[in-house]
Amino acid sequence: MALDSKVPKGPIKDKWTDYKNHIDLVNPANKRNIDIIVVGTGLAGGSASATLAELGYNVKAFAYQDSPRRAHSIAAQGGINAAKNYQGDGDSFYRLFYDTVKGGDYRSREANVYRLAEVSANIIDQCVAQGVPFARDYGGLLDNRSFGGVLVSRTFYAKGQTGQQLLLGAYSAMNRQIARGKIEMFNRHEMLDVVKIDGKARGIIARNLITGEIERHSAHAVVIASGGYGNVYFLSTNAMGSNATAAWKIHKKGAYFANPCYTQIHPTCIPRSGDYQSKLTLMSESLRNDGRIWVPKKMEDVLAIREGRKKPTDLSEDERDYYLERRYPAFGNLVPRDVASRAAKERCDAGYGVNATGEAVYLDFKSAIERYGKEQAKLHHLTNPSNKEIYDLGKAIVEAKYGNLFQMYEKIIDQNPYETPMMIYPATHYTMGGIWVDYNLMTTVDGLYCIGEANFSDHGANRLGASALMQGLADGYFVLPYTIGDYLSNDIRTGKISTETKEFEEAENEVKERINFFINNKGKYSVDYYHKKLGKIMWDKCGMARNAKGLQEAMVEIKALREDFWKNVTVPGTANEMNPELEKAGRVADFLELGELFAKDALDRNESCGGHFREESVELDGLQKGEAKRNDKDYAYVAAWEYKGEPSEAVLHKEELEFNDIELKQRSYK
Amino acid sequence: MNLTLKIWRQKDSSSKGQMVDYKVTDISEHMSFLEMMDVLNEQLVNSGEEPVAFDHDCREGICGMCSMYINGEAHGPDRGVTTCQLHMRMFKDGDTITIEPFRAAAFPVIKDLVVDRTSFERIQQAGGFISVNTSGNTQDANSIPISKHAADEAMDAATCIGCGACVATCKNSSAMLFVGAKVSQYALLPQGQIEATDRVLNMVAQMDAEGFGNCTNTGACEVECPKGISLDNIARMNRELMKASI
Repeated sequence: MALDSKVPKGPIKDKWTDYKNHIDLVNPANKRNIDIIVVGTGLAGGSASATLAELGYNVKAFAYQDSPRRAHSIAAQGGINAAKNYQGDGDSFYRLFYDTVKGGDYRSREANVYRLAEVSANIIDQCVAQGVPFARDYGGLLDNRSFGGVLVSRTFYAKGQTGQQLLLGAYSAMNRQIARGKIEMFNRHEMLDVVKIDGKARGIIARNLITGEIERHSAHAVVIASGGYGNVYFLSTNAMGSNATAAWKIHKKGAYFANPCYTQIHPTCIPRSGDYQSKLTLMSESLRNDGRIWVPKKMEDVLAIREGRKKPTDLSEDERDYYLERRYPAFGNLVPRDVASRAAKERCDAGYGVNATGEAVYLDFKSAIERYGKEQAKLHHLTNPSNKEIYDLGKAIVEAKYGNLFQMYEKIIDQNPYETPMMIYPATHYTMGGIWVDYNLMTTVDGLYCIGEANFSDHGANRLGASALMQGLADGYFVLPYTIGDYLSNDIRTGKISTETKEFEEAENEVKERINFFINNKGKYSVDYYHKKLGKIMWDKCGMARNAKGLQEAMVEIKALREDFWKNVTVPGTANEMNPELEKAGRVADFLELGELFAKDALDRNESCGGHFREESVELDGLQKGEAKRNDKDYAYVAAWEYKGEPSEAVLHKEELEFNDIELKQRSYK
Repeated sequence: MNLTLKIWRQKDSSSKGQMVDYKVTDISEHMSFLEMMDVLNEQLVNSGEEPVAFDHDCREGICGMCSMYINGEAHGPDRGVTTCQLHMRMFKDGDTITIEPFRAAAFPVIKDLVVDRTSFERIQQAGGFISVNTSGNTQDANSIPISKHAADEAMDAATCIGCGACVATCKNSSAMLFVGAKVSQYALLPQGQIEATDRVLNMVAQMDAEGFGNCTNTGACEVECPKGISLDNIARMNRELMKASI
């Protein structure tokens, strides 16, 4: 099947407006007869459910947690971008669009990103109306901060808990519709397959995670909003339950999977401390606004610190290597995530890591505390303030900005980051790749939509900070509700979809068969045993830097691991009860397939772009020596993979990317 | 360190439960409490026993899913943390740790340490929202200035993660801190004023209908709240309720 992105004609500025003016609408009386299933209730799924229900559709929403409020969007810390230009620093739709396309290393679809920038301003208006308590300045207006990779302050935030507050906003909008009966909420349910009838998505098979019951649910359209697949690495900043099952199941039923190799390794996470580690914790990128990143210049200092003979605070300014400021004077500590992560890896690979594992760099707030302290001393008319007074005043400002993050760090590491620099190291955080969708957010299966992190559309090869929340809410509140109507306008005469059909029966049987296999297999190894092994292959060979040899090995190793899993995995308990090990088994089985496709995609893309750094593709000389080398001539396409049985046999379909409104350039943050 | 764990095991909501003893060895002080539970569960799976079911997800203290009652305290002995942020450095070699589910009539046990907190959902559905359609056609976000003080206070209330530690801790199983936090957030913002009366009346009525107890101002909820939600929110809710009732 040829990929048709369905991008509307006309100038980029007018595409979305013209599109909205010419689509078919469903009249209010007919909406009452149309059912929509939404899988996942984070920012994308939650906002979509609420809006679709407000429009009058009957929504059935599914979440594996006990409440939509617990979706992992809640853990997003830093903020949400919007081109409001409240700061008057030259922001505009075009600039947000430009920054996002550039930040994504020119691997996203222009029209989608422009639309995202256009609706971004509405998101802020909407959220304020919902009672989201964004940070404000003393005049009562909304405050902004700046984020990595951009030169304006366009990020709105609610302390270090922006994701939480935005999700609670969407959740409250959902609650209003649940109370009205327009959303039927299925908590503690997991989607285990999609059901297609005559080529159209018409329902899902779900498991009630409390009783183990397998249920059939039908609808006129199905929306997947199940988030990303970062847990393919075992260790990531994702929640323990975050999984790719819904996305992978629809891939196996005909939805193409796009750019699986685009993963974001986030630069500011708390380093790993031991083999028992179950997940990694992110420290918001906003910390890089005020924190300075460094490692010691001299190897002897590195060793002294590791052995506890020296403290980081013992080192003078010229004994420190502020390597981001050194390498990228224009952006310094605010370079985009992919650049910052690779620079940390470069220093640690060279032996300069500052903790016992050799995988940590410092993030230091001393300068910020001093700078704010002096500013505050002026504001408070203190003449000749003592160092202690300056420190206290500065600390109070840093605390107000990042207090909860500092507290979180102290609880985990048992060190006070006001007094000694934080230690950070990159970790898997976000997946830009995902299900391929057209301009309407529809997958390659009719009536099957994919929104939020689960799709591939807006972030290209690298996501800028504060863009994930923006995309999730844009898709759910403002894009999907229009585009899905255009499709559903053809369904007003269809009537209720029956679940008593052979398609539902077949899908249900498949799901049951697989569950019974797990329960009856009684193998030797736990699910986590396999998940950890997979994670290690992914991190070592498909991590921050990749090469052809490693990727080929990864494909072979993952396949072998998968075969072993299907022979030797053990799952205790029964199918008809709450069984967390059974839930994990299904998810890891899918990761074991996705991981191989991931490696295959990375192998195909013999260029360095964004989160995908190929060691074979670097600049060899000039100012950019050693930096990632993109290859626009051969790789300016979206790689959309069609399932053909084995992941290694997936067929590549290319969506060539056209850039009419932005000139392709080497990203330089120097 | 080596530890003895006394854990509540209950097959399902209709079965009777009991405390069961387990031993874990070589626990690192840097582990989180849930990583210690992972070690126990891996041990149980490998020996063919059923692992202990417990709720958890983000493991960074924000989703509100984890909910253990450890040595007689919701989320354990540390302050200002959820169970997932509790670290084993709070315990000593040789300790015996008692682990129970959050207990309240309105939080029935589903299995082992997993409880049903959908009563909180229904309270939110009764009025925990502002009735504005998500069309995006609202007024500009800066058209109503909100004092920084009010915005910050609303934020402090909105920080609640809905974990239910307040209920588990309260001798009356009262949900006043949880409900107070939500009522306060909206009461402090101009956007929340329009529906303030109905909101507080409906949410309190639902709270009572769910079987949560009354507040007798012991303040235990505030002490155990992992997010430091203040008792002021209960006072504010009572004021709102009073205002709405006369």
